[in-house]
Amino acid sequence: MSNNSTAKLMQGNVAIAHGAIAAGCRFFAGYPITPSSEIAEVLSKELPAVDGTFIQMEDEIASIGAVVGASIAGAKSMTATSGPGFSLKQENLGMAVMAEVPLVVVDVQRGGPSTGLPTKGSQGDVMQARWGTHGDHPIIAIAPSSVEECYDMTIRAFNLAEQYRTPVIILTDEIIAHLTEKIEIKPASKIELYNRGKPNVAPEKYLPYKLTESGIPPMANFGEGYRYHITGLVHDETGFPTNDEKEAHRQLMRLNTKFDQHMDSILDYEEINTKNMDLLLVSYGAPARSAKRAMKIMQKQGVNAGYLRLKTIWPFATDKIKKLSRKVDTIIVPEMNLGQIAGEIERYIPDNTEIIRVNHVNGEAIKPQEIVNAMIKKD
Amino acid sequence: MDYLQYLRKDKMPHIWCDGCGNGIILKAIIRAVDKLGWKKDDIALVSGIGCSGRTPGYVDFNTLHTTHGRALSFSTGIKLAKPNMHLIVVSGDGDATAIGGNHFIHAARRNIDLNLIVFNNYIYGMTGGQASPTTPTGKFASTTPYGNPDSPFHISELAKAAGASYVARTTTYHTAKMDRYMQQAFQNKGFSVVEILTMCPTSYGRANKETGETGVEMLSFQKENSISLEKAKEMDEEEIKGKFVTGVYIDRDKPSYLENYQEIKDKANN
Repeated sequence: MSNNSTAKLMQGNVAIAHGAIAAGCRFFAGYPITPSSEIAEVLSKELPAVDGTFIQMEDEIASIGAVVGASIAGAKSMTATSGPGFSLKQENLGMAVMAEVPLVVVDVQRGGPSTGLPTKGSQGDVMQARWGTHGDHPIIAIAPSSVEECYDMTIRAFNLAEQYRTPVIILTDEIIAHLTEKIEIKPASKIELYNRGKPNVAPEKYLPYKLTESGIPPMANFGEGYRYHITGLVHDETGFPTNDEKEAHRQLMRLNTKFDQHMDSILDYEEINTKNMDLLLVSYGAPARSAKRAMKIMQKQGVNAGYLRLKTIWPFATDKIKKLSRKVDTIIVPEMNLGQIAGEIERYIPDNTEIIRVNHVNGEAIKPQEIVNAMIKKD
Repeated sequence: MDYLQYLRKDKMPHIWCDGCGNGIILKAIIRAVDKLGWKKDDIALVSGIGCSGRTPGYVDFNTLHTTHGRALSFSTGIKLAKPNMHLIVVSGDGDATAIGGNHFIHAARRNIDLNLIVFNNYIYGMTGGQASPTTPTGKFASTTPYGNPDSPFHISELAKAAGASYVARTTTYHTAKMDRYMQQAFQNKGFSVVEILTMCPTSYGRANKETGETGVEMLSFQKENSISLEKAKEMDEEEIKGKFVTGVYIDRDKPSYLENYQEIKDKANN
């Protein structure tokens, strides 16, 4: 095995599939849907070759169900879909959140609502990723902006899922998914992989939902000597359902705050020129590429623009936004929806800071000049 | 035999009503497990939602209570990730053939190595007695106050037609048959279905007194109105009407999904 990176020309979806294999994914269940199908196609070929399993299920609901089951049995597991399928997966996604089962869901966003624009890019599922399943709950969603990030972030998605016992959503979009560009693939020796924390107590002492210091209880896999109960019902530390209000509160609060002390490790962003700036660009996914270019154009025109690219979408980078927003009076937020992240930013910034939204919902990519023009128009 | 070694005694009493047949099925599951000498660590018992859905909580196996109708999907993942585990899936008539109907026919088509026990009580018990896909035409439920306008599914015929390799059907009255079918199902490679007519006096019995009102009356009704497949073959359609036809609907050699997928792995590695 070489210790050097290898350069490859690759498509975003293909990079996600190969990133999954590198992350140790050994189970994939999926259902065909544009624009995510290449992920399933590549894994149908690659997984059996590494003693893993690919299965094409009868529908989107069954796909995520099988993925939850496989993860409970110990396999790092993933499914991939797009908006309509993501909607269908929400109930079982909630089950995985509640039962704290690590898994990865790739949502290659396309135009919505409904069947929408199947072959065109969108970021319309940002809020669905956050609140698509019912009830208050924590979730992690990350967004790649390049093909190389499709690969690297898929590895990161599995690591986050295993570390924090949670579903992780890769919120990519049709533009990045079908973009082909050069990527550097790190050798296996340079990839850090995490595996779920296993219990280190005797089976009769094991509490699958124990309130631990880290907030993340160790997870026993089915079939490994720890016979316990998993349910989507509110449960106590033992995993069995409870109707006790105090116990329900205790467990639901642990669940909903379990990322709090790990935010530094979960949050990830790219920052350029944010120390002393007059204007801030905040973006993520495909439009972040145009936002970066727009920043450069603005700087050439004498505008001291800074740039923040959210690599972690959920949980939201609240503190970072609060801090940076105090330095500027204008924040430009280009995104391929009608302002789902702009609205989130608005909750945390001073009243006198203005947000300029640059939005597309027609599937057309946002061009750098449009972002620059939005600033000029405001002036 | 000692049932208690397979039960989570601290989870008793169970939530099932007086006269409910679910406990009879649970005991048959335990007898089959005991007879086959399966180790508790190797068994996953998986359910969906409903009265049958509460079964996993009471048994000392790896137990999973999933979402409504989806037990077969979750079980498919477990079985493929850990092929040596024994998968027992319990599901009600609504869970298995209404909300979970798609998973039911596709698990059968795939002939995946899962053992599905259907608790068929003709009704949604947990939610208060609404009509299910097996409620006979004309019968009463909380959502069919004028009688059921719908036609029922025949679960065993459905499983057979969809491709399951083992399908058997009996009632909670016929415990000896239940034992035999359950053991055969558990030993079968591929998808096995045992459909068991069970009684729900609380919801179905009270609304349809002519088929028995109490658990005991409903058991007697099962006894009197069941006929074997062999006997049914000699009867005409009119005579069979209203009878519950029991027996082994299919027991065939057919490659299971696990066997087929092993071939895929072999090809991928060549």
